[in-house]
Amino acid sequence: MLVRTALEALAQRPIPFLRSAWPWRSLAYLLAGAVPGLPVLGVVAAVAVTSSPAVLVAGVAVAALLTPVAGRYERWRLRLVDGVPLPDTPPEPGGDTGEPPRRGREVRVAALGGLALLVLWWIDLVMAASGAAGPVLLILSPVVQPEAEPVAAVAASAAGVLLVPVAAYTLTAWAGARGAMTRAILAPQAAELAEVLRSRARLVDAFETERRRIERDLHDGAQQRLVALTMTLGMARLDLPDDSPAARAVERAHGEAKQALAELRALVRGVHSQVLTDRGLPAAVRDVAGRSPVPVAVDLALDERLPAAVEVTAYYVVTEALANVARHSGASAARVTGGAADGALVLEIHDDGRGGADPARGTGLTGLADRLAVVGGRLSLSSPAGGPTRMRVEIPCAS
Amino acid sequence: MRVVIAEDAVLLREGLIGLLERFGHTVAAAVGDAPSLVEAVEEHRPDVVVTDVRMPPGFSDEGLRAALELRRARPAPAVLVLSQYVEQTYAAELLDSGGGAGVGYLLKDRVGDVREFVDALGRVAAGGTVVDPEVVRQLLRRPRDPLLRLTPREREVLALIAEGRSNASIAGALFVTEAAVAKHIAGIFTKLDLPPAADGNRRVLAVLAYLRRQ
Repeated sequence: MLVRTALEALAQRPIPFLRSAWPWRSLAYLLAGAVPGLPVLGVVAAVAVTSSPAVLVAGVAVAALLTPVAGRYERWRLRLVDGVPLPDTPPEPGGDTGEPPRRGREVRVAALGGLALLVLWWIDLVMAASGAAGPVLLILSPVVQPEAEPVAAVAASAAGVLLVPVAAYTLTAWAGARGAMTRAILAPQAAELAEVLRSRARLVDAFETERRRIERDLHDGAQQRLVALTMTLGMARLDLPDDSPAARAVERAHGEAKQALAELRALVRGVHSQVLTDRGLPAAVRDVAGRSPVPVAVDLALDERLPAAVEVTAYYVVTEALANVARHSGASAARVTGGAADGALVLEIHDDGRGGADPARGTGLTGLADRLAVVGGRLSLSSPAGGPTRMRVEIPCAS
Repeated sequence: MRVVIAEDAVLLREGLIGLLERFGHTVAAAVGDAPSLVEAVEEHRPDVVVTDVRMPPGFSDEGLRAALELRRARPAPAVLVLSQYVEQTYAAELLDSGGGAGVGYLLKDRVGDVREFVDALGRVAAGGTVVDPEVVRQLLRRPRDPLLRLTPREREVLALIAEGRSNASIAGALFVTEAAVAKHIAGIFTKLDLPPAADGNRRVLAVLAYLRRQ
């Protein structure tokens, strides 16, 4: 079992746990918790010595200024009991995730720092002292209490040794709980989820870039060569007498090269839509509708180009939806309508087929929903048995 | 014919030059990007222009945009656009330009059928309209279209018109008499509401009616 935090370590079998570094790391974590107490003690001491309100005000001000530092210290110290990296939320250039998360993080760090300065340091210290000092003092009783009965001293010493495992569990439990609390303040679930979403969006972007590169490479390479090949074969055929065996062979080669070209074209087209890049979503949707075996009416008008991620996702959704219509619905007609409204792209895909589309069965619809989730989009589906099927897609496009 | 070619892949450009010269045509200029195409056409005033859609500098649809720009000139030069894919958007834009006469849109693959390709280029240079059979096939796949009123035979005939063929050539392809073809064409014009008095080439208008019905 991979153990990443002190709390997870507690769930191990006793011997491996006691032999591990986790009790020691927990003790170190709690002792390190005393550091934020030093400036507080300093301020308290200064106020006590001078009894001056001015010093009190200055002390409070210093403490307030120290909260971000204390918060960062807490964040740094967390790694002693929690090996899972905290999600970092760097401001993304040009993205809609610029300022707010970052400011949110700073507020969270400062809040944690304030908490650490006010209460947490002495709780940590008390827990470390009561957990570790008890057994240590008992073990050392022959030394610290030389006037006691030797038998009692040795017995106390033995009791102290027996208490060490108990102390290890207590210290680790408290340190683990403290670590979980720090993590909860610094990285609320929502922030982690946002980070997961962002990393998914980056992955999708990377895939899209890669697909575009593959399409370009095939276009510039294999496709051009095959066209040149069919041209050469076509010319060679002209030079051969009609009924010669060579003419038949060249003709066959010509036909196969053309077939290969057609297959390659279908493949490349599925990889990346050039018309989407060049002309935007409405043109690309009209083209994909034109290729559908089921007649598709398109009523989609947009005043301006949408962000690339939105276009690619919307195109993907329409392509998949129309493929489903052709494959499963038995529809005789379909309709794609949509437009931009209130900062969102809304698309509706209707068909007059037999309905009964169910996201629980098959991965097609789940795949669409997953893909939409990456750009914060939503999919709703109405598909009663007997039809018709109506799919509605909303994608926010802050531009 | 005097031809200007724009194609960025050297292999294809050389191939096209060889092919056209073999059929006795003159290649006035062969260029590799859209701005050079516009310059070469101004300089050489060719009978017909052959251009690829995707070309430098941006490798998107520069060739098509250059073709549309050329088509805005008066008189508009005849232009045949070669495309790696059938895009109805591109086809419709092209056929809308300059009244749809002297313009063609073919899948790049068609250059492999050298004789048919050179014939198509000749038809475009002579002011005809050539649309790739694949575009027509996609359009014909819409049974709910108002074009449903056409009989299967009339649709076949319309597809051949879109390829820029004459009545005689259509009759030959369908193994019917020219009179029968003329009858089908009259039927198509009626069903597509193209009265005999309408201006322009009714054959082109029939093809445009197809493409606009999207």
